[in-house]
Amino acid sequence: MNRAAPQAGRYALAVLAHLALLVAWYLFVRLGDVPQFVMPSPQATFQALLSPNYDWWANTLVTGTEIFGGYLLALVVGVVLALVFTWSKTLEALLLPVIVTLNMVPKVALGPLIIVWFKYGVFPNTIMAFSIAVFPILLTTARGLREIEPELLDLVRSLRGTRWQLFTKIQLPGSLPYIFAGMKVAAILAVAGAIVGEFLGSDKGLGYLMLQVQVTLDTPAMFMAVILITLLGMLLYDLVLLLERLFVPKDARVA
Amino acid sequence: MSVEPFIHLAGVRKIYRGGGHEHLAISDATFDVLPGELVSLVGPSGCGKSTLLKILAGLHPHDGGEVRIGSTTHHFDPARDIGMVFQAPLLLKWRRILDNVLLPAELLGLPIAAARERARELLALVGLGGYEQKYPYELSGGMQQRAAIARALVHDPKLVLMDEPFGALDALTREKMNLELLRIWKESGKTIVFVTHGISEAVFLGTRVVVFTAGPARMADNFEIDLPRPRTLDLKTHERFGVYTRRIYKLLGME
Repeated sequence: MNRAAPQAGRYALAVLAHLALLVAWYLFVRLGDVPQFVMPSPQATFQALLSPNYDWWANTLVTGTEIFGGYLLALVVGVVLALVFTWSKTLEALLLPVIVTLNMVPKVALGPLIIVWFKYGVFPNTIMAFSIAVFPILLTTARGLREIEPELLDLVRSLRGTRWQLFTKIQLPGSLPYIFAGMKVAAILAVAGAIVGEFLGSDKGLGYLMLQVQVTLDTPAMFMAVILITLLGMLLYDLVLLLERLFVPKDARVA
Repeated sequence: MSVEPFIHLAGVRKIYRGGGHEHLAISDATFDVLPGELVSLVGPSGCGKSTLLKILAGLHPHDGGEVRIGSTTHHFDPARDIGMVFQAPLLLKWRRILDNVLLPAELLGLPIAAARERARELLALVGLGGYEQKYPYELSGGMQQRAAIARALVHDPKLVLMDEPFGALDALTREKMNLELLRIWKESGKTIVFVTHGISEAVFLGTRVVVFTAGPARMADNFEIDLPRPRTLDLKTHERFGVYTRRIYKLLGME
């Protein structure tokens, strides 16, 4: 049996389900006679894209920068910190409990503080996205690094392998399935972080735009903003899935 | 005139400190290994035999006594003359068999084309010709362990340390691997230190057997095995084979 056929069938069903959602949305608004400021029709929503006042492209770019910037920063910091923990047991014993506690802090509650510290704009929102995305990556990477058999490290040390060799040849590829598990969770969180940052204080971005059009009750534009934010999140998530497919053999994937 | 030993151990002690108390892992290990010997270290769990192997590998410092590896005729470079085989094959899941075997050559920065050629020869030697491009999960446990042996030989080390390499295999595969190891040892001419808790395995393989006992950990005996070579499974019914194994059973308090 050909494996591609059921695969294609699944894709077709997925597309169909989304189209059905669109139709249901349309019928609900149309038949229910719902006023536009409560819930706009799909057409009205897409028409909002044509309004030049909203500067969609620039705002999407800003939010995208915050999400992807914060996410990349979280990836680098998360993996490096987890790696440092494998070098020093003392440091791990000292810092890991603190990190677990920090993870419990609702990052949204830090928003006003971050604005105090970094003013408002792209940078604090990037930090917001980072602060919420870094923990799952750090914790899963640390877990993955712990799973590597100590004898394998002995093997490398018996040949006087360097830390860099140990990292690139054993630790990184060995913990990659775990890193990706964390990256998937972090992708969704990074989007939320950036938008919350924009809600709290910003002068551009899709979250900022939503607050602006809320005042004028331009619900179609709000819908459009939500759709664009979702698309940004999907882009990031799918990128992570693609990288996982490229770098992690199927039987080694976690969750 | 006697041959200069390749390994000379005199009064080697190892103490583990932790949790406020000391644990004597090795009290007084004294024995020599000649170049090209296959010495079995046999004893129960916790008798310090694996610890001794780690000391020989340069992974742990010792706390007293003398450890000398290498002789005037057989120069020993601790940074590159160690090959290690563990109880688990510890192959890297994400690498093909050939690339797994190449790992030590990569760590040592050896010319890769020549190493690849050698890796192919070694895979043929251990009976894995044709499996170069397979992934570890496609091989049985015994085959994975053969690949691990090839990996331990790829950088042409003078000393191969084996820590219960066949301990996880079923009895039949284990006997087969014993014969294979003798063949590989004969063809490669390496000095091998072989840790096992299998008494008959120790006698069957060794040119010499060093017996360790636990509680307290100490070296109990060290004697040559005078049995005809090449060794075949028939040897296990040899009268002297029984004498040797009984001698070890007695030392370990099992008779």
